[in-house]
Amino acid sequence: MRSHPVRSHLALAACAALVAATIVVSGCSESLSVFPGFSGEASRKAALKPATERKAAFDFALKDDQGRTVNLSDYRGRVVLLDFWATWCGPCKIEIPWFKEFERTYKDRGFSVVGVSMDEEGWDAVTPFAKAVGINYRMLVGNDDVADAFGGLAALPTTFLIDREGKIAAMHVGLASKSDFEDGIKQLLDAPGGSRAAAGSPAGAN
Amino acid sequence: MKPKATAEVKIPVQLQSGFHVNSNTPSEEYLIPLRLTWEKSAAFETVETIFPEPQTEKYEFSPKPLSVFTGDFEIVARVKARDLASSGPGILLGKLRYQACSKTVCYRPRTIEVRLPYQIQ
Repeated sequence: MRSHPVRSHLALAACAALVAATIVVSGCSESLSVFPGFSGEASRKAALKPATERKAAFDFALKDDQGRTVNLSDYRGRVVLLDFWATWCGPCKIEIPWFKEFERTYKDRGFSVVGVSMDEEGWDAVTPFAKAVGINYRMLVGNDDVADAFGGLAALPTTFLIDREGKIAAMHVGLASKSDFEDGIKQLLDAPGGSRAAAGSPAGAN
Repeated sequence: MKPKATAEVKIPVQLQSGFHVNSNTPSEEYLIPLRLTWEKSAAFETVETIFPEPQTEKYEFSPKPLSVFTGDFEIVARVKARDLASSGPGILLGKLRYQACSKTVCYRPRTIEVRLPYQIQ
């Protein structure tokens, strides 16, 4: 077939596509260590950073499902589990029942779960899912600016444990263990000075 | 390649071991399918895009088995040079959109460019 020379060209181009696909997918593991001060593997051990080494979490302003603006700083004084997830993310869905349980168990001690969906379809995707699984914690829809502020969030789930001062104490990239999360939450709740802020949830929180 | 001629383009894709992408026909509506789209071209029309037969895999995070691609596979595009295609070189541009996961982590959807140089005689 006369198209053989063309096929040769196309094959070269196809190889370029191959390389690109390989790099992109394989290179994703690099994202495990993009957040300053945390390495992916180490963070999975759930060891909390010493309080003196923690950096302030970016104070985002995102909308909830009622259109209310929610700032992360609204939660100052509470321990926060900040979960970046998406409806298409299977591993994220394994963690969600744990987070519901944490919200129920530790809410009255000054703890909140905040979920931030990275679904491009926003509430159209999130609302039906949240109803179906009975989400009992504050849910927000994220954007690229927030993703950048939290290290890019190329990988989901990415979950942060934030202390009462609004500083990042731990980061988990990918599916972590329930006990790792719970150990971290307990440590932060039991930290000195923690009882002062165990009062009510931020306005509008579940 | 001459006007009116057709060609079959094989686009190889490699996935890192342990990862999968949803197939072009995911088993759940909320999953993001593998998509290959082509920009409009004065020289070519895309006749057909052929994906391989997907695999059915069961993962802990889904009650139902999922329709996925893993490892190395090829997407085939059948293109046809238009009747009035001008002679000379050109590049057919495509976009491959995918969303990859392993058992423990998912990556946000990505789109990569596919460039197919050609020469119309």
